[in-house]
Amino acid sequence: MSGLADTSQLAAVAARLRGAVIDMSHAAGTPHLGSSLSCADIVAAAYWDALRIDPQRPYAPERDRFILSKGHAATTLYAALAFRGFFPEALLETYNKDGSRLAEHPGPNCIPGVEAATGSLGHGLPIALGMAIAGRLQGLSYRVYALLSDGECNEGSVWEAAMFAPAQKLENVCVIVDYNKWQATGRSNETLALAPLREKWAAFGWDAHEVDGHDLNAVCALMRDVPNGSGKPVAIIAHTVKGKGVSFMEDDNNWHYRIPSQKEVAEAKRQLGLA
Amino acid sequence: MRNNFADEITKLAERDKRIVLLSGDIGNRLFDGFKAKAPGRFFNCGVAEANMMGMAAGLAMCGLRPVVYTIAPFTTTRVMEQIRVDVCYHDVPVVIVGVGSGLGYASLGATHHSCEDMAMLRALPGMSVLAPADPLEVRGVLRAALRHPGPSYIRMGKKGEPNVHREVPNIEIGRSLVVRDGVDVCLLAVGVMLPIALEAAEGLAGRGISARVVSVVSVKPLDEALLRDVFARFPVVASIEEHSLIGGFGAALAEWSADHGPVAARLLRFGTKDRFLHEAGETGHARERDGLTAHNIIERVTQALPCREAGKAVGAP
Repeated sequence: MSGLADTSQLAAVAARLRGAVIDMSHAAGTPHLGSSLSCADIVAAAYWDALRIDPQRPYAPERDRFILSKGHAATTLYAALAFRGFFPEALLETYNKDGSRLAEHPGPNCIPGVEAATGSLGHGLPIALGMAIAGRLQGLSYRVYALLSDGECNEGSVWEAAMFAPAQKLENVCVIVDYNKWQATGRSNETLALAPLREKWAAFGWDAHEVDGHDLNAVCALMRDVPNGSGKPVAIIAHTVKGKGVSFMEDDNNWHYRIPSQKEVAEAKRQLGLA
Repeated sequence: MRNNFADEITKLAERDKRIVLLSGDIGNRLFDGFKAKAPGRFFNCGVAEANMMGMAAGLAMCGLRPVVYTIAPFTTTRVMEQIRVDVCYHDVPVVIVGVGSGLGYASLGATHHSCEDMAMLRALPGMSVLAPADPLEVRGVLRAALRHPGPSYIRMGKKGEPNVHREVPNIEIGRSLVVRDGVDVCLLAVGVMLPIALEAAEGLAGRGISARVVSVVSVKPLDEALLRDVFARFPVVASIEEHSLIGGFGAALAEWSADHGPVAARLLRFGTKDRFLHEAGETGHARERDGLTAHNIIERVTQALPCREAGKAVGAP
Protein backbone atom coordinates (compact mmCIF):
# COMPACT_ATOMS: atom_id res chain seq x y z
CA MET A 1 0.00 0.00 0.00
CA SER A 2 1.22 3.44 -0.82
CA GLY A 3 -0.76 5.08 1.95
CA LEU A 4 -2.33 7.89 -0.03
CA ALA A 5 -3.96 10.10 2.54
CA ASP A 6 -7.28 10.67 0.85
CA THR A 7 -9.25 9.93 -2.24
CA SER A 8 -8.60 13.33 -3.79
CA GLN A 9 -5.00 12.24 -4.24
CA LEU A 10 -6.23 8.94 -5.65
CA ALA A 11 -8.52 10.82 -8.02
CA ALA A 12 -5.55 12.85 -9.18
CA VAL A 13 -3.65 9.61 -9.84
CA ALA A 14 -6.58 8.25 -11.85
CA ALA A 15 -6.73 11.45 -13.90
CA ARG A 16 -3.03 11.16 -14.59
CA LEU A 17 -3.49 7.53 -15.70
CA ARG A 18 -6.25 8.69 -18.05
CA GLY A 19 -4.02 11.37 -19.49
CA ALA A 20 -1.26 8.84 -20.07
CA VAL A 21 -3.48 6.32 -21.85
CA ILE A 22 -4.87 9.05 -24.10
CA ASP A 23 -1.33 10.13 -24.94
CA MET A 24 -0.27 6.56 -25.65
CA SER A 25 -3.31 5.86 -27.84
CA HIS A 26 -2.66 9.03 -29.82
CA ALA A 27 1.09 8.53 -30.17
CA ALA A 28 0.92 4.85 -31.07
CA GLY A 29 -2.36 4.92 -32.97
CA THR A 30 -3.79 2.09 -30.90
CA PRO A 31 -7.44 1.42 -30.04
CA HIS A 32 -9.31 0.34 -26.87
CA LEU A 33 -9.18 3.81 -25.37
CA GLY A 34 -12.73 3.57 -23.99
CA SER A 35 -11.85 0.33 -22.19
CA SER A 36 -8.65 1.78 -20.75
CA LEU A 37 -10.50 4.81 -19.40
CA SER A 38 -13.36 2.86 -17.81
CA CYS A 39 -11.02 0.88 -15.56
CA ALA A 40 -8.63 3.69 -14.61
CA ASP A 41 -10.21 4.25 -11.18
CA ILE A 42 -10.16 0.53 -10.39
CA VAL A 43 -6.49 0.26 -11.40
CA ALA A 44 -5.65 3.33 -9.31
CA ALA A 45 -7.48 1.83 -6.33
CA ALA A 46 -5.53 -1.40 -6.79
CA TYR A 47 -2.02 -0.02 -7.17
CA TRP A 48 -2.26 2.97 -4.84
CA ASP A 49 -4.42 1.44 -2.13
CA ALA A 50 -5.46 -2.20 -2.03
CA LEU A 51 -2.43 -4.15 -3.24
CA ARG A 52 0.35 -5.17 -0.86
CA ILE A 53 3.19 -4.65 -3.28
CA ASP A 54 6.67 -3.23 -3.33
CA PRO A 55 7.76 -1.91 -6.74
CA GLN A 56 11.35 -2.47 -5.66
CA ARG A 57 10.65 -6.18 -5.16
CA PRO A 58 8.32 -7.05 -8.05
CA TYR A 59 8.92 -10.80 -7.73
CA ALA A 60 8.61 -11.08 -3.93
CA PRO A 61 6.84 -14.39 -3.29
CA GLU A 62 4.47 -12.84 -0.74
CA ARG A 63 3.27 -9.98 -2.98
CA ASP A 64 -0.35 -9.56 -3.97
CA ARG A 65 -0.96 -10.38 -7.62
CA PHE A 66 -3.02 -8.24 -9.98
CA ILE A 67 -3.91 -9.70 -13.36
CA LEU A 68 -5.32 -7.45 -16.04
CA SER A 69 -7.45 -10.15 -17.62
CA LYS A 70 -8.92 -7.53 -19.97
CA GLY A 71 -5.52 -7.20 -21.58
CA HIS A 72 -6.74 -4.71 -24.18
CA ALA A 73 -6.59 -2.06 -21.42
CA ALA A 74 -2.83 -2.56 -21.29
CA THR A 75 -2.05 1.15 -21.44
CA THR A 76 -3.77 1.69 -18.08
CA LEU A 77 -1.67 -1.08 -16.55
CA TYR A 78 1.57 0.17 -18.11
CA ALA A 79 0.92 3.72 -16.90
CA ALA A 80 0.08 2.52 -13.39
CA LEU A 81 3.20 0.35 -13.16
CA ALA A 82 5.40 3.18 -14.44
CA PHE A 83 3.89 5.84 -12.16
CA ARG A 84 4.08 3.44 -9.23
CA GLY A 85 7.78 2.94 -9.84
CA PHE A 86 8.01 -0.55 -11.33
CA PHE A 87 9.89 0.83 -14.32
CA PRO A 88 10.98 4.24 -15.62
CA GLU A 89 8.18 6.43 -16.94
CA ALA A 90 10.23 7.21 -20.05
CA LEU A 91 9.61 3.64 -21.18
CA LEU A 92 5.95 4.52 -21.75
CA GLU A 93 7.08 6.52 -24.76
CA THR A 94 8.23 3.28 -26.41
CA TYR A 95 4.70 1.83 -26.22
CA ASN A 96 3.91 -0.17 -29.36
CA LYS A 97 7.10 0.92 -31.12
CA ASP A 98 9.03 -1.76 -33.04
CA GLY A 99 11.10 -3.78 -30.60
CA SER A 100 9.48 -2.27 -27.48
CA ARG A 101 8.70 -4.38 -24.43
CA LEU A 102 5.31 -2.68 -24.22
CA ALA A 103 3.03 -4.22 -26.83
CA GLU A 104 -0.68 -3.57 -27.35
CA HIS A 105 -1.37 -6.51 -25.06
CA PRO A 106 1.02 -7.32 -22.23
CA GLY A 107 3.38 -10.22 -22.90
CA PRO A 108 4.70 -12.67 -20.30
CA ASN A 109 7.21 -10.92 -18.01
CA CYS A 110 7.37 -8.10 -20.54
CA ILE A 111 8.08 -5.65 -17.75
CA PRO A 112 8.29 -5.92 -13.94
CA GLY A 113 4.80 -5.89 -12.44
CA VAL A 114 3.01 -7.64 -15.30
CA GLU A 115 1.90 -10.89 -13.66
CA ALA A 116 0.48 -12.66 -16.71
CA ALA A 117 0.25 -12.22 -20.43
CA THR A 118 -3.27 -11.39 -21.46
CA GLY A 119 -5.09 -10.27 -24.57
CA SER A 120 -7.13 -13.33 -25.39
CA LEU A 121 -10.10 -13.03 -23.04
CA GLY A 122 -11.10 -15.52 -20.38
CA HIS A 123 -7.58 -16.48 -19.35
CA GLY A 124 -6.81 -14.26 -16.37
CA LEU A 125 -9.15 -15.78 -13.85
CA PRO A 126 -8.05 -19.42 -14.22
CA ILE A 127 -4.43 -18.28 -13.94
CA ALA A 128 -5.38 -16.26 -10.86
CA LEU A 129 -6.92 -19.35 -9.27
CA GLY A 130 -3.75 -21.34 -9.91
CA MET A 131 -1.74 -18.59 -8.23
CA ALA A 132 -4.15 -18.59 -5.29
CA ILE A 133 -3.83 -22.35 -4.81
CA ALA A 134 -0.04 -22.00 -5.03
CA GLY A 135 -0.16 -19.43 -2.24
CA ARG A 136 -2.22 -21.72 -0.09
CA LEU A 137 0.12 -24.69 -0.68
CA GLN A 138 3.19 -22.56 0.05
CA GLY A 139 1.72 -21.02 3.20
CA LEU A 140 1.67 -17.51 1.75
CA SER A 141 -1.29 -15.26 2.48
CA TYR A 142 -1.17 -13.08 -0.63
CA ARG A 143 -4.31 -12.11 -2.47
CA VAL A 144 -4.90 -12.46 -6.22
CA TYR A 145 -6.97 -9.89 -8.09
CA ALA A 146 -8.27 -10.32 -11.61
CA LEU A 147 -9.80 -7.44 -13.52
CA LEU A 148 -12.25 -8.69 -16.15
CA SER A 149 -14.30 -6.82 -18.71
CA ASP A 150 -18.02 -7.38 -19.01
CA GLY A 151 -17.57 -8.58 -22.58
CA GLU A 152 -15.01 -11.03 -21.26
CA CYS A 153 -17.76 -12.68 -19.22
CA ASN A 154 -18.97 -14.10 -22.56
CA GLU A 155 -16.13 -16.61 -22.31
CA GLY A 156 -17.03 -20.04 -20.91
CA SER A 157 -13.68 -20.36 -19.17
CA VAL A 158 -14.70 -17.47 -16.88
CA TRP A 159 -17.63 -19.49 -15.62
CA GLU A 160 -15.61 -22.70 -15.28
CA ALA A 161 -13.32 -20.74 -13.00
CA ALA A 162 -16.27 -19.09 -11.28
CA MET A 163 -17.51 -22.54 -10.26
CA PHE A 164 -14.11 -23.78 -9.17
CA ALA A 165 -13.04 -21.00 -6.80
CA PRO A 166 -15.94 -21.29 -4.32
CA ALA A 167 -15.65 -25.09 -4.34
CA GLN A 168 -12.10 -24.70 -3.03
CA LYS A 169 -13.05 -21.73 -0.82
CA LEU A 170 -10.42 -19.54 -2.47
CA GLU A 171 -11.29 -16.55 -0.33
CA ASN A 172 -8.05 -14.75 -1.21
CA VAL A 173 -9.27 -14.28 -4.78
CA CYS A 174 -11.00 -11.13 -5.91
CA VAL A 175 -12.63 -10.60 -9.31
CA ILE A 176 -13.46 -7.09 -10.43
CA VAL A 177 -15.72 -6.82 -13.45
CA ASP A 178 -15.36 -3.52 -15.27
CA TYR A 179 -19.05 -3.36 -16.16
CA ASN A 180 -19.09 -0.55 -18.71
CA LYS A 181 -22.06 -2.04 -20.57
CA TRP A 182 -20.30 -2.20 -23.91
CA GLN A 183 -18.31 -4.81 -25.73
CA ALA A 184 -16.43 -4.33 -28.97
CA THR A 185 -19.38 -4.05 -31.31
CA GLY A 186 -22.48 -3.65 -29.19
CA ARG A 187 -24.21 -3.34 -25.84
CA SER A 188 -22.99 -6.20 -23.66
CA ASN A 189 -26.48 -7.01 -22.44
CA GLU A 190 -27.85 -7.17 -25.96
CA THR A 191 -24.99 -9.35 -27.19
CA LEU A 192 -25.35 -12.09 -24.59
CA ALA A 193 -27.68 -12.21 -21.58
CA LEU A 194 -25.16 -10.93 -19.06
CA ALA A 195 -27.56 -9.40 -16.53
CA PRO A 196 -28.12 -9.81 -13.70
CA LEU A 197 -24.38 -9.95 -13.27
CA ARG A 198 -24.01 -9.61 -9.50
CA GLU A 199 -26.66 -12.25 -8.99
CA LYS A 200 -24.87 -14.58 -11.40
CA TRP A 201 -21.61 -14.37 -9.47
CA ALA A 202 -23.51 -14.72 -6.19
CA ALA A 203 -25.33 -17.76 -7.53
CA PHE A 204 -21.98 -19.27 -8.49
CA GLY A 205 -20.92 -19.02 -4.86
CA TRP A 206 -19.05 -15.71 -4.68
CA ASP A 207 -19.44 -12.96 -2.15
CA ALA A 208 -20.64 -10.57 -4.83
CA HIS A 209 -20.96 -6.81 -4.52
CA GLU A 210 -22.11 -4.04 -6.79
CA VAL A 211 -20.38 -0.71 -6.68
CA ASP A 212 -19.99 2.50 -8.63
CA GLY A 213 -16.68 1.73 -10.26
CA HIS A 214 -15.71 5.38 -10.21
CA ASP A 215 -16.40 5.83 -6.48
CA LEU A 216 -12.84 5.45 -5.29
CA ASN A 217 -13.75 5.20 -1.61
CA ALA A 218 -16.19 2.39 -2.24
CA VAL A 219 -13.91 0.51 -4.65
CA CYS A 220 -10.94 0.76 -2.28
CA ALA A 221 -13.01 -0.44 0.67
CA LEU A 222 -14.13 -3.57 -1.18
CA MET A 223 -10.74 -4.33 -2.71
CA ARG A 224 -8.89 -3.91 0.57
CA ASP A 225 -11.27 -6.26 2.34
CA VAL A 226 -10.04 -9.54 0.83
CA PRO A 227 -10.51 -12.06 2.31
CA ASN A 228 -13.55 -10.57 3.90
CA GLY A 229 -14.59 -13.21 6.38
CA SER A 230 -17.36 -14.62 4.18
CA GLY A 231 -15.27 -17.69 3.41
CA LYS A 232 -15.96 -17.04 -0.26
CA PRO A 233 -14.02 -15.49 -3.11
CA VAL A 234 -15.00 -11.88 -3.66
CA ALA A 235 -16.62 -10.52 -6.82
CA ILE A 236 -16.94 -6.80 -7.32
CA ILE A 237 -19.29 -5.79 -10.10
CA ALA A 238 -18.05 -2.29 -10.80
CA HIS A 239 -20.53 -0.18 -12.74
CA THR A 240 -18.44 2.00 -14.97
CA VAL A 241 -18.74 4.30 -17.94
CA LYS A 242 -16.76 3.44 -21.02
CA GLY A 243 -14.53 6.39 -21.89
CA LYS A 244 -14.98 7.82 -18.37
CA GLY A 245 -13.46 11.21 -17.73
CA VAL A 246 -13.74 12.72 -21.19
CA SER A 247 -17.18 14.05 -22.06
CA PHE A 248 -17.06 13.27 -25.75
CA MET A 249 -15.81 9.73 -25.17
CA GLU A 250 -18.14 8.72 -22.35
CA ASP A 251 -20.52 5.90 -23.24
CA ASP A 252 -19.68 6.30 -26.94
CA ASN A 253 -18.52 2.91 -28.16
CA ASN A 254 -16.83 4.43 -31.20
CA TRP A 255 -13.96 4.95 -28.78
CA HIS A 256 -13.42 1.23 -28.59
CA TYR A 257 -11.51 1.69 -31.84
CA ARG A 258 -11.11 5.42 -32.50
CA ILE A 259 -7.74 7.11 -32.12
CA PRO A 260 -7.84 10.64 -30.69
CA SER A 261 -6.55 13.54 -32.77
CA GLN A 262 -4.12 16.11 -31.42
CA LYS A 263 -7.03 18.47 -30.81
CA GLU A 264 -9.04 15.79 -29.01
CA VAL A 265 -6.07 14.95 -26.82
CA ALA A 266 -5.78 18.60 -25.80
CA GLU A 267 -9.47 18.89 -25.00
CA ALA A 268 -9.45 15.61 -23.08
CA LYS A 269 -6.50 16.74 -20.98
CA ARG A 270 -8.23 20.04 -20.30
CA GLN A 271 -11.29 18.18 -19.04
CA LEU A 272 -9.12 15.93 -16.87
CA GLY A 273 -7.50 18.97 -15.32
CA LEU A 274 -4.12 18.02 -16.77
CA ALA A 275 -3.69 20.84 -19.26
CA MET B 1 0.08 -47.43 -18.26
CA ARG B 2 -2.25 -45.36 -16.12
CA ASN B 3 -1.59 -47.47 -13.04
CA ASN B 4 2.14 -47.01 -13.51
CA PHE B 5 1.58 -43.31 -14.01
CA ALA B 6 -0.42 -43.08 -10.79
CA ASP B 7 2.20 -45.04 -8.87
CA GLU B 8 5.13 -43.08 -10.27
CA ILE B 9 3.56 -39.65 -9.74
CA THR B 10 2.80 -40.63 -6.16
CA LYS B 11 6.41 -41.64 -5.53
CA LEU B 12 7.74 -38.48 -7.16
CA ALA B 13 5.30 -36.28 -5.24
CA GLU B 14 6.44 -37.76 -1.95
CA ARG B 15 9.94 -36.50 -2.69
CA ASP B 16 9.04 -33.26 -4.46
CA LYS B 17 6.52 -31.14 -2.60
CA ARG B 18 6.12 -28.87 -5.62
CA ILE B 19 4.21 -31.53 -7.55
CA VAL B 20 0.46 -30.87 -7.79
CA LEU B 21 -1.91 -33.19 -9.65
CA LEU B 22 -4.95 -31.82 -11.47
CA SER B 23 -7.52 -34.22 -12.89
CA GLY B 24 -10.50 -33.50 -15.09
CA ASP B 25 -12.94 -35.69 -13.19
CA ILE B 26 -11.46 -39.00 -14.26
CA GLY B 27 -9.34 -41.64 -12.57
CA ASN B 28 -11.88 -42.78 -10.02
CA ARG B 29 -9.84 -44.43 -7.18
CA LEU B 30 -6.75 -44.28 -9.39
CA PHE B 31 -5.23 -41.49 -7.31
CA ASP B 32 -6.21 -42.67 -3.83
CA GLY B 33 -2.55 -43.37 -3.14
CA PHE B 34 -1.52 -39.92 -4.32
CA LYS B 35 -4.17 -38.28 -2.16
CA ALA B 36 -2.91 -40.20 0.87
CA LYS B 37 0.80 -39.57 0.24
CA ALA B 38 0.50 -35.99 -1.03
CA PRO B 39 -2.42 -34.56 0.92
CA GLY B 40 -3.84 -31.31 -0.38
CA ARG B 41 -2.02 -31.62 -3.68
CA PHE B 42 -4.70 -33.39 -5.70
CA PHE B 43 -7.44 -31.34 -7.30
CA ASN B 44 -10.42 -32.76 -9.11
CA CYS B 45 -11.04 -29.78 -11.37
CA GLY B 46 -14.30 -31.13 -12.69
CA VAL B 47 -15.26 -31.37 -16.32
CA ALA B 48 -13.83 -27.90 -16.89
CA GLU B 49 -10.58 -28.40 -18.74
CA ALA B 50 -10.02 -24.81 -19.85
CA ASN B 51 -9.99 -23.63 -16.25
CA MET B 52 -7.86 -26.63 -15.26
CA MET B 53 -5.17 -25.78 -17.81
CA GLY B 54 -5.17 -22.09 -16.91
CA MET B 55 -4.86 -22.94 -13.22
CA ALA B 56 -1.95 -25.25 -13.99
CA ALA B 57 -0.18 -22.34 -15.65
CA GLY B 58 -0.87 -20.14 -12.63
CA LEU B 59 0.52 -22.81 -10.30
CA ALA B 60 3.65 -23.17 -12.42
CA MET B 61 4.16 -19.39 -12.49
CA CYS B 62 4.39 -19.56 -8.71
CA GLY B 63 7.07 -22.26 -8.70
CA LEU B 64 4.96 -25.41 -8.40
CA ARG B 65 5.08 -28.40 -10.77
CA PRO B 66 1.53 -29.07 -11.93
CA VAL B 67 0.64 -32.26 -13.77
CA VAL B 68 -2.66 -32.14 -15.66
CA TYR B 69 -4.38 -35.45 -16.30
CA THR B 70 -7.42 -36.44 -18.29
CA ILE B 71 -8.41 -38.32 -21.45
CA ALA B 72 -6.13 -37.27 -24.31
CA PRO B 73 -8.49 -35.18 -26.48
CA PHE B 74 -9.77 -33.26 -23.47
CA THR B 75 -6.34 -32.31 -22.18
CA THR B 76 -5.08 -31.32 -25.64
CA THR B 77 -7.26 -30.31 -28.56
CA ARG B 78 -10.17 -29.18 -26.36
CA VAL B 79 -7.94 -26.66 -24.60
CA MET B 80 -5.48 -25.70 -27.32
CA GLU B 81 -5.98 -22.02 -26.59
CA GLN B 82 -5.11 -22.45 -22.90
CA ILE B 83 -2.09 -24.61 -23.70
CA ARG B 84 -0.91 -22.11 -26.28
CA VAL B 85 -1.43 -18.90 -24.31
CA ASP B 86 -1.29 -19.86 -20.64
CA VAL B 87 1.30 -22.63 -20.78
CA CYS B 88 3.49 -22.18 -23.87
CA TYR B 89 3.46 -18.37 -24.22
CA HIS B 90 4.50 -18.14 -20.57
CA ASP B 91 6.93 -21.05 -21.07
CA VAL B 92 6.08 -22.61 -17.73
CA PRO B 93 6.72 -26.24 -16.74
CA VAL B 94 3.26 -27.73 -16.92
CA VAL B 95 3.19 -31.48 -17.60
CA ILE B 96 0.13 -32.36 -19.67
CA VAL B 97 -0.83 -36.02 -19.59
CA GLY B 98 -3.30 -37.53 -22.03
CA VAL B 99 -4.53 -41.00 -21.17
CA GLY B 100 -5.91 -43.34 -23.84
CA SER B 101 -4.35 -41.32 -26.63
CA GLY B 102 -4.72 -42.13 -30.30
CA LEU B 103 -7.20 -44.96 -30.66
CA GLY B 104 -6.83 -46.17 -27.06
CA TYR B 105 -10.49 -45.47 -26.40
CA ALA B 106 -11.60 -46.58 -29.86
CA SER B 107 -14.83 -48.08 -28.59
CA LEU B 108 -15.93 -44.80 -27.02
CA GLY B 109 -16.20 -43.24 -30.45
CA ALA B 110 -14.36 -40.47 -32.22
CA THR B 111 -15.12 -37.91 -29.50
CA HIS B 112 -12.63 -39.84 -27.38
CA HIS B 113 -10.01 -40.50 -30.06
CA SER B 114 -7.01 -38.21 -30.30
CA CYS B 115 -5.37 -38.54 -33.68
CA GLU B 116 -4.68 -34.81 -34.09
CA ASP B 117 -3.14 -34.03 -30.69
CA MET B 118 0.51 -34.36 -31.70
CA ALA B 119 -0.03 -32.30 -34.85
CA MET B 120 -1.48 -29.46 -32.85
CA LEU B 121 0.79 -29.54 -29.82
CA ARG B 122 3.89 -30.07 -31.93
CA ALA B 123 3.23 -26.69 -33.55
CA LEU B 124 3.36 -24.85 -30.22
CA PRO B 125 6.65 -23.06 -29.49
CA GLY B 126 8.58 -24.71 -26.66
CA MET B 127 6.29 -27.70 -26.25
CA SER B 128 7.88 -31.14 -25.91
CA VAL B 129 5.78 -34.06 -27.15
CA LEU B 130 6.59 -37.39 -25.54
CA ALA B 131 5.07 -40.80 -26.24
CA PRO B 132 5.96 -43.62 -23.84
CA ALA B 133 5.70 -47.08 -25.37
CA ASP B 134 5.20 -49.24 -22.31
CA PRO B 135 4.42 -48.89 -18.59
CA LEU B 136 8.12 -48.61 -17.73
CA GLU B 137 8.66 -45.85 -20.26
CA VAL B 138 5.74 -44.02 -18.66
CA ARG B 139 7.77 -43.80 -15.47
CA GLY B 140 10.93 -42.70 -17.24
CA VAL B 141 9.08 -40.13 -19.35
CA LEU B 142 7.31 -38.69 -16.32
CA ARG B 143 10.63 -38.28 -14.51
CA ALA B 144 12.12 -36.56 -17.55
CA ALA B 145 9.13 -34.26 -17.96
CA LEU B 146 9.30 -33.20 -14.32
CA ARG B 147 13.03 -32.46 -14.67
CA HIS B 148 12.36 -30.31 -17.72
CA PRO B 149 12.07 -26.54 -17.22
CA GLY B 150 9.46 -26.04 -19.97
CA PRO B 151 6.05 -27.41 -20.98
CA SER B 152 5.62 -31.02 -22.02
CA TYR B 153 2.89 -33.33 -23.24
CA ILE B 154 2.92 -37.02 -22.35
CA ARG B 155 0.86 -39.02 -24.81
CA MET B 156 -0.01 -42.16 -22.97
CA GLY B 157 -1.96 -45.38 -23.57
CA LYS B 158 -4.53 -46.55 -21.05
CA LYS B 159 -4.10 -49.88 -19.31
CA GLY B 160 -2.83 -53.38 -19.87
CA GLU B 161 -0.04 -52.50 -22.30
CA PRO B 162 2.76 -55.10 -22.16
CA ASN B 163 6.18 -54.20 -20.83
CA VAL B 164 8.77 -54.09 -23.59
CA HIS B 165 11.63 -53.02 -21.35
CA ARG B 166 12.89 -54.96 -18.35
CA GLU B 167 13.55 -51.91 -16.24
CA VAL B 168 12.70 -48.24 -16.28
CA PRO B 169 14.76 -46.77 -19.13
CA ASN B 170 16.61 -43.52 -18.63
CA ILE B 171 14.64 -41.08 -20.75
CA GLU B 172 15.99 -37.83 -22.09
CA ILE B 173 13.82 -35.40 -24.00
CA GLY B 174 15.07 -35.44 -27.60
CA ARG B 175 16.43 -38.99 -27.38
CA SER B 176 14.92 -42.19 -28.74
CA LEU B 177 15.48 -45.77 -27.59
CA VAL B 178 16.69 -48.52 -29.92
CA VAL B 179 14.78 -51.61 -28.86
CA ARG B 180 15.92 -54.10 -31.49
CA ASP B 181 18.74 -53.82 -33.96
CA GLY B 182 18.64 -54.64 -37.65
CA VAL B 183 20.13 -53.53 -40.95
CA ASP B 184 17.51 -53.55 -43.73
CA VAL B 185 14.72 -51.36 -42.50
CA CYS B 186 14.22 -49.07 -39.56
CA LEU B 187 10.81 -49.08 -37.89
CA LEU B 188 10.26 -45.92 -35.85
CA ALA B 189 7.36 -46.62 -33.52
CA VAL B 190 5.52 -43.94 -31.56
CA GLY B 191 4.25 -44.89 -28.10
CA VAL B 192 1.82 -47.78 -27.91
CA MET B 193 2.64 -48.87 -31.48
CA LEU B 194 5.97 -50.27 -30.32
CA PRO B 195 4.67 -53.84 -29.72
CA ILE B 196 3.12 -53.83 -33.21
CA ALA B 197 6.46 -52.73 -34.65
CA LEU B 198 8.25 -55.52 -32.80
CA GLU B 199 5.70 -58.02 -34.08
CA ALA B 200 6.30 -56.72 -37.60
CA ALA B 201 10.06 -57.06 -37.09
CA GLU B 202 9.57 -60.69 -36.14
CA GLY B 203 7.50 -61.27 -39.26
CA LEU B 204 10.05 -59.52 -41.46
CA ALA B 205 12.79 -61.64 -39.93
CA GLY B 206 10.85 -64.67 -41.13
CA ARG B 207 11.22 -63.26 -44.64
CA GLY B 208 14.92 -62.68 -44.21
CA ILE B 209 14.55 -58.96 -43.61
CA SER B 210 16.33 -57.54 -40.63
CA ALA B 211 14.54 -54.62 -38.94
CA ARG B 212 15.80 -52.14 -36.42
CA VAL B 213 13.01 -51.07 -34.09
CA VAL B 214 13.09 -47.78 -32.27
CA SER B 215 10.82 -46.40 -29.60
CA VAL B 216 10.67 -42.79 -30.71
CA VAL B 217 9.70 -41.48 -27.23
CA SER B 218 10.45 -37.87 -28.14
CA VAL B 219 8.27 -36.74 -31.04
CA LYS B 220 9.32 -33.19 -30.36
CA PRO B 221 12.15 -32.37 -30.15
CA LEU B 222 13.22 -35.05 -32.63
CA ASP B 223 16.27 -37.19 -31.95
CA GLU B 224 18.34 -35.47 -34.62
CA ALA B 225 21.42 -37.66 -34.21
CA LEU B 226 19.36 -40.80 -34.56
CA LEU B 227 17.55 -39.49 -37.65
CA ARG B 228 20.80 -38.46 -39.34
CA ASP B 229 22.12 -41.96 -38.81
CA VAL B 230 18.94 -43.77 -39.73
CA PHE B 231 18.28 -41.86 -42.95
CA ALA B 232 21.89 -42.42 -44.04
CA ARG B 233 22.00 -46.08 -43.14
CA PHE B 234 18.66 -47.62 -44.09
CA PRO B 235 17.05 -47.85 -47.54
CA VAL B 236 13.61 -47.87 -45.94
CA VAL B 237 12.49 -45.95 -42.87
CA ALA B 238 8.98 -46.38 -41.54
CA SER B 239 7.00 -44.27 -39.07
CA ILE B 240 4.28 -46.04 -37.14
CA GLU B 241 1.84 -44.05 -35.04
CA GLU B 242 -1.73 -44.04 -33.80
CA HIS B 243 -2.15 -40.55 -35.15
CA SER B 244 -3.18 -38.82 -38.33
CA LEU B 245 -0.72 -38.90 -41.21
CA ILE B 246 -1.26 -35.15 -41.24
CA GLY B 247 0.98 -33.37 -38.79
CA GLY B 248 2.11 -36.28 -36.66
CA PHE B 249 5.47 -38.00 -36.29
CA GLY B 250 5.50 -39.26 -39.90
CA ALA B 251 4.87 -35.73 -41.05
CA ALA B 252 7.67 -34.52 -38.79
CA LEU B 253 9.98 -37.05 -40.46
CA ALA B 254 8.93 -35.82 -43.90
CA GLU B 255 9.66 -32.26 -42.80
CA TRP B 256 12.99 -33.32 -41.34
CA SER B 257 14.07 -35.17 -44.47
CA ALA B 258 13.04 -32.23 -46.65
CA ASP B 259 15.08 -29.88 -44.50
CA HIS B 260 18.09 -32.19 -44.24
CA GLY B 261 17.96 -33.85 -47.64
CA PRO B 262 18.43 -35.11 -50.06
CA VAL B 263 17.98 -38.42 -48.28
CA ALA B 264 18.14 -41.66 -50.17
CA ALA B 265 15.90 -43.60 -47.82
CA ARG B 266 12.33 -44.34 -48.77
CA LEU B 267 9.98 -43.07 -46.04
CA LEU B 268 6.92 -45.21 -45.36
CA ARG B 269 4.33 -43.68 -43.09
CA PHE B 270 1.79 -45.67 -41.11
CA GLY B 271 -0.92 -43.67 -39.37
CA THR B 272 -4.61 -42.91 -39.28
CA LYS B 273 -6.38 -41.63 -42.34
CA ASP B 274 -7.96 -38.24 -42.93
CA ARG B 275 -11.40 -39.21 -41.68
CA PHE B 276 -13.27 -39.97 -38.47
CA LEU B 277 -14.20 -43.50 -37.56
CA HIS B 278 -17.96 -43.88 -37.70
CA GLU B 279 -18.34 -47.39 -36.39
CA ALA B 280 -18.11 -49.25 -33.11
CA GLY B 281 -15.16 -51.43 -32.28
CA GLU B 282 -12.14 -51.97 -30.08
CA THR B 283 -8.68 -50.52 -30.61
CA GLY B 284 -7.56 -53.51 -32.69
CA HIS B 285 -10.47 -53.05 -35.04
CA ALA B 286 -9.82 -49.33 -35.41
CA ARG B 287 -6.13 -49.98 -36.11
CA GLU B 288 -7.04 -52.55 -38.72
CA ARG B 289 -9.19 -50.02 -40.56
CA ASP B 290 -6.17 -47.76 -40.93
CA GLY B 291 -3.60 -50.44 -41.68
CA LEU B 292 -1.91 -50.13 -38.32
CA THR B 293 -1.18 -53.86 -38.14
CA ALA B 294 1.99 -55.92 -38.17
CA HIS B 295 0.69 -57.69 -41.26
CA ASN B 296 0.27 -54.48 -43.26
CA ILE B 297 3.64 -53.17 -42.11
CA ILE B 298 5.34 -56.39 -43.19
CA GLU B 299 3.70 -56.26 -46.61
CA ARG B 300 4.45 -52.63 -47.35
CA VAL B 301 8.02 -52.81 -46.09
CA THR B 302 8.69 -55.91 -48.16
CA GLN B 303 7.34 -54.22 -51.27
CA ALA B 304 9.30 -51.06 -50.62
CA LEU B 305 12.65 -52.73 -50.25
CA PRO B 306 14.81 -52.73 -53.38
CA CYS B 307 14.99 -55.98 -55.36
CA ARG B 308 17.05 -58.44 -53.48
CA GLU B 309 18.15 -62.00 -53.63
CA ALA B 310 16.02 -64.26 -51.55
CA GLY B 311 17.40 -64.70 -48.09
CA LYS B 312 20.03 -61.98 -48.44
CA ALA B 313 19.70 -58.92 -46.35
CA VAL B 314 19.50 -55.91 -48.62
CA GLY B 315 21.12 -53.33 -46.43
CA ALA B 316 24.01 -55.56 -45.52
CA PRO B 317 27.34 -54.51 -46.97
